[in-house]
Amino acid sequence: MSATRPRTLFDKIWDSHVVEQLPDGTCILYIDRHLVHEVTSPQAFEGLRMSGRRLRRPDCTIAVADHNIPTTDRRLGIKEEDSRIQVETLEKNVVEFGVPYIPIMDVRQGIVHIIGPELGISLPGTTIVCGDSHTSTHGALGALAFGIGTSEVEHVMATQTLLQRPAKNMKIEVTGTLGFGCSAKDIVLAIIGKITTAGGTGHVIEYTGDTIRALDMAGRFTISNMSIEAGARAGLIAPDQTTFDYVRGREFAPKGEAFEQAVAYWKTLPSDQGAHFDTVVTLTTAEIAPMITWGTTPGAVIPVTGVVPNPADEPDEAKRSQMQRMLEYMALQPGQNLQDVPVDVVFIGSCTNGRIEDIRAAAAVARGRKVADGVQALVVPGSGLVKQQAEQEGLDRILLEAGFEWREPCCSMCLGMNPDKLTPGQRCASTSNRNFEGRQGPNGRTHLLSPSMAAAAAVTGRLTDVRQLG
Amino acid sequence: MEPFTTLTAVAAPMPMQNIDTDKIIPARFLKTIKRSGLGIHLFDPLRFNKDGSEKPDFVLNQEPYRKAQVIIAHENFGCGSSREHAPWALLDFGIRCIIAPDFADIFYNNSFKNGILPIRLPRPVCDQLIEDAKLGGNARVTVDLERQVVVRPNGEEIHFDIDLFRKHSLLNGLDDIGQTLQHGASIDSFEAKRRQSQPWMPSTAA
Ligand code: SF4
Repeated sequence: MSATRPRTLFDKIWDSHVVEQLPDGTCILYIDRHLVHEVTSPQAFEGLRMSGRRLRRPDCTIAVADHNIPTTDRRLGIKEEDSRIQVETLEKNVVEFGVPYIPIMDVRQGIVHIIGPELGISLPGTTIVCGDSHTSTHGALGALAFGIGTSEVEHVMATQTLLQRPAKNMKIEVTGTLGFGCSAKDIVLAIIGKITTAGGTGHVIEYTGDTIRALDMAGRFTISNMSIEAGARAGLIAPDQTTFDYVRGREFAPKGEAFEQAVAYWKTLPSDQGAHFDTVVTLTTAEIAPMITWGTTPGAVIPVTGVVPNPADEPDEAKRSQMQRMLEYMALQPGQNLQDVPVDVVFIGSCTNGRIEDIRAAAAVARGRKVADGVQALVVPGSGLVKQQAEQEGLDRILLEAGFEWREPCCSMCLGMNPDKLTPGQRCASTSNRNFEGRQGPNGRTHLLSPSMAAAAAVTGRLTDVRQLG
Repeated sequence: MEPFTTLTAVAAPMPMQNIDTDKIIPARFLKTIKRSGLGIHLFDPLRFNKDGSEKPDFVLNQEPYRKAQVIIAHENFGCGSSREHAPWALLDFGIRCIIAPDFADIFYNNSFKNGILPIRLPRPVCDQLIEDAKLGGNARVTVDLERQVVVRPNGEEIHFDIDLFRKHSLLNGLDDIGQTLQHGASIDSFEAKRRQSQPWMPSTAA
């Protein structure tokens, strides 16, 4: 491969991690960081054990339990037996295989995609994998980060590599100044609405443009996080000063001279002028309002000021029948205005929107207001460190006074593997990333939106345009 | 892993887009530390009522599709989570091949690791195969991996593409880890070079 050909950020990370290319083009790709959690790892450890293999690089691996953990008092342990067994199995496995582990009672415990960057484990220019599709989150640092299945988890454990074929390059350029009441969540929902949930299939996305450059790291993580919802395996943002300032001083990040060496390297990573992208999509902030999903796929999204689309207007039969099914499941009508639809539950948290900036945004709306009667509003920080910082800033007090519940960090109602679930028929305004049927509990109904929109729904008791709260 | 060579079987028509992994196997069934036994929960929300009784109009609850080994579906099959529980549940039920216009990337990869062959064919071809499948037990479809063809009940052969490496692994039931470990020397020397070029890379072991 010629070094003079202009390359994308993805190409550069890819090229520097190819150990060997096999005759049919499949590559053995080196993995710098392997994040492990309790749900997708037990069968992988078991596989190693059965074949008498060891973990090749425990010093590139980190494990944490996040999906099954209760959000109430941790000292009481995990009541549900199957959840407890999964966590205990992880705890046994990390000892047996010598994997660094962040225990449940450690203040640094949290959702794997929040704590990787927060602790400086996830770094620009690296390859990062985890048995979890939202590994795409870490791409916001300018890393190639993607989710893998359990067989691949075992493959990384045994070989510190994966068998991969290069993806296509997609550029998504967002330009303009974000309007009042809009956030990174609205940008990414608008993108998915535009390119559809399969729009990124086979691609790695690079997000560019002045709107993206102006975002803080929290916003960038939100966008990369949902790349998988656009069908892409990974979503990258070129590292810049915002990135370096974020990484500097974090627990596991390089320090002193080593940090300067790292930055010098990271500065070589952004896509070259004239690098080839197979697909280019552009979006202006004029197309972005506070967004909200009406269906059971993240692509079924409209601006809060819009109305629910009518399946009768859809020419493709398969799409039309899917729309009908989604409307039935969500108990909505074509042409309906989403504002004024009452909600039962509000969930603020997840690896999409569980960072300190998200909690600040929610608290700003909650301040001096009250959660509407009959609404349960949960705030679940993404990590113990986020929770600690929020408490230092007094955000917990604001939220508690407004009637929100302030919980312990984990995935919680993002997927309902712990006791936080919707009951059948309940409607939830959620800052998470998936509105699939049953995702937050069997027959629960999910509307995806931003943290400030979620807080607005909590205080009015219905889906609301946060801009009208002033 | 069980090799995949040829298969002649009943195919279940599932003309739906975006069959996501939460539909294939909801999160509450992921609390297992084993790979086996997930078939009873396959497509749980589509297959069963709240009281556990079967939904009679779901295709896999009907004869002859209870024994289907092939599924034919629409776009973006397997989107969503990376959970390998999805292919484990499909395999445990007996599914060995899925035909659709396209698949979500992670699901596509995960299938191969478990001896399930995902085949991409254009939408009109899938629609044709769905019509065939609706004819039931007398209209079996044949999948021949060596020759890379799907054979319709009327004998018409349809070619499909597949990466050579994946084809070879599937035909021989080879495990990827074993194959990669044969390249152990390359991995060693790659790591040695990286220690030189990126001495700043920290360890995750505090
Ligand atoms: S917060 Fe939700 S999406 Fe993120 S890792 Fe947890 S379950 Fe997955």
